[in-house]
Amino acid sequence: MRLRQLKEFLIENLILISGIISIIIVALIFLFLLKEAIGLFKTVSLWKFISGKNWYPISDPPRFGILSLILGTIFVTLGASIISIPLGIASAIYIAEVAPKSFKEILKAGIELLAAIPSVVLGFIGMNTLVPLVKKTFDLPTGLTAFSGSIMLAFMAMPTIVSIAEDALTAVPKQYKEGAIALGATHWQAIRRVILPAGLSGIVAAIMLGIGRVIGETMAVMMITGNAAVIPHTLLQPVRTLTATIAAEMGETVVGSNHYFALFGIGLTLFIITFLVNLVADIALHRKR
Amino acid sequence: MNPRLSHKIFFFLIFLATILVILPVGLIIAIIIKKGAPALNWEFLTGFPRQGMRAGGIFPAILGTLYLVSGAIFFSLPVGVLSAIYLVEYSRDNFLTRLIKLAIVNLAGVPSVVYGLFGLSLFVIFFKFGSSILAGSLTLGIMILPVIITAAKEALESVPHSFREVSLSLGASKWQMIRKAILPYALPGILTGAILGLGRAAGETAPILFTVAAFYLPRLPRSIFDQVMALPYHLYVLSTQVPNVKQSLTYGTALVLLVLVLIMNLFAIIIRSRFRRKKRW
Repeated sequence: MRLRQLKEFLIENLILISGIISIIIVALIFLFLLKEAIGLFKTVSLWKFISGKNWYPISDPPRFGILSLILGTIFVTLGASIISIPLGIASAIYIAEVAPKSFKEILKAGIELLAAIPSVVLGFIGMNTLVPLVKKTFDLPTGLTAFSGSIMLAFMAMPTIVSIAEDALTAVPKQYKEGAIALGATHWQAIRRVILPAGLSGIVAAIMLGIGRVIGETMAVMMITGNAAVIPHTLLQPVRTLTATIAAEMGETVVGSNHYFALFGIGLTLFIITFLVNLVADIALHRKR
Repeated sequence: MNPRLSHKIFFFLIFLATILVILPVGLIIAIIIKKGAPALNWEFLTGFPRQGMRAGGIFPAILGTLYLVSGAIFFSLPVGVLSAIYLVEYSRDNFLTRLIKLAIVNLAGVPSVVYGLFGLSLFVIFFKFGSSILAGSLTLGIMILPVIITAAKEALESVPHSFREVSLSLGASKWQMIRKAILPYALPGILTGAILGLGRAAGETAPILFTVAAFYLPRLPRSIFDQVMALPYHLYVLSTQVPNVKQSLTYGTALVLLVLVLIMNLFAIIIRSRFRRKKRW
């Protein structure tokens, strides 16, 4: 009897610790990124780091300005959002409201399939199909551009946007739609005037999570956007994102060097950005209830 | 505009949008199968890379990926399930619970390359595991933790409340109730989540870049402190770092990775649908 009580005491404590492990890990990620990034700010000011136009980490003297990388991320994120938000929400409406039942299952399976394809595979396919196509269509010196990256990223954000927006639309009570139709509205009018406004907070969450996915995407972006750390002017030129910079350069840095610290600084920046994006999405989702 | 007409136009437009989203998925898979299938043979699957990875097989990469996902699930399944048990059976509706849920949402949104940095700084450097299977598995395990917790939580919540009441009224302790009356019924749901997590871990590249992945290794790993090659990283290397690789070789690698990931997802879907059909309460 005593033994059993002891065993249960141990197990319940184990459960409690596991319960808060998510908090512990988030805190650890933040602390360890900060611990490594802080070294950089002994020599480079935070303002210089964020607003500096030149990223020349291995020249002498090195320059650690990430403005061009931030702009690179913003360019591909904007491009991807312009494509994926309308397409994704339109698909979500179609799947939730219009598609016949069997077709709906096929579409949902397709979306799940897309979500399952590893990003390095999508990047590889993009390199071999999309990139030459963009080069030819726009007659560019290289197809490795922000535009190609945007298309690929839009595609990769699609499962997040479609499935969460579809959930939000399906969760709108049936009576709303029935009421609107009983009043003589067409199905489209019911969707536009009743269902979409009712599901709005869920759709906002879908968009935010989709954008979060785009900002954090690494491999496909690194393989497709050309990786030129310059301030971009158009979508049709190579850019380099925050994520791609870390992935491409970390392998060649010396632990404890300023370059190493700077890459952790970029990681910390990304962590904070995605934290905020997810926070907004979470608030939007909870308002619904 | 005439409402009937605008209704028709709009429905046609959203149909078009849906096709635009779905069609490329089929196209991508078709291309990979068509161009990758010719490369598949026994030697490709069981041999070592040769001639600077321009010929031969991808066996070490396949094996490495299997080691990494096993290690990841070995860590994250027990922790994830216990964490879900806490949330469903123990937590109250208070600030701490709200904070835990927010942390889970955030973990799910942390960019994979940031997990890579975290793994590098905590496991490789701070714990001195070096670039190793151990460090890579733990990094991947942490990355898929939110997937597992969320799935396990849903599975536990789907067990009817009466199961708990009956079990407690028969004199069971709380842990006995969880172990005998809840976990067995939540198991299929938990397994589904675990397999989906495995699939995710198998395909990720960024978290293993600096924690375990090796460009090329002439021999198989001997302990958890060795580096390994991994399929997604191998695909990245072949397609960007090695010049003049035969196309069939890269497409073959992509196909093997894709099949591995899709098989895991298929398993998860099968378990889920069988469970749904069998559920009797």
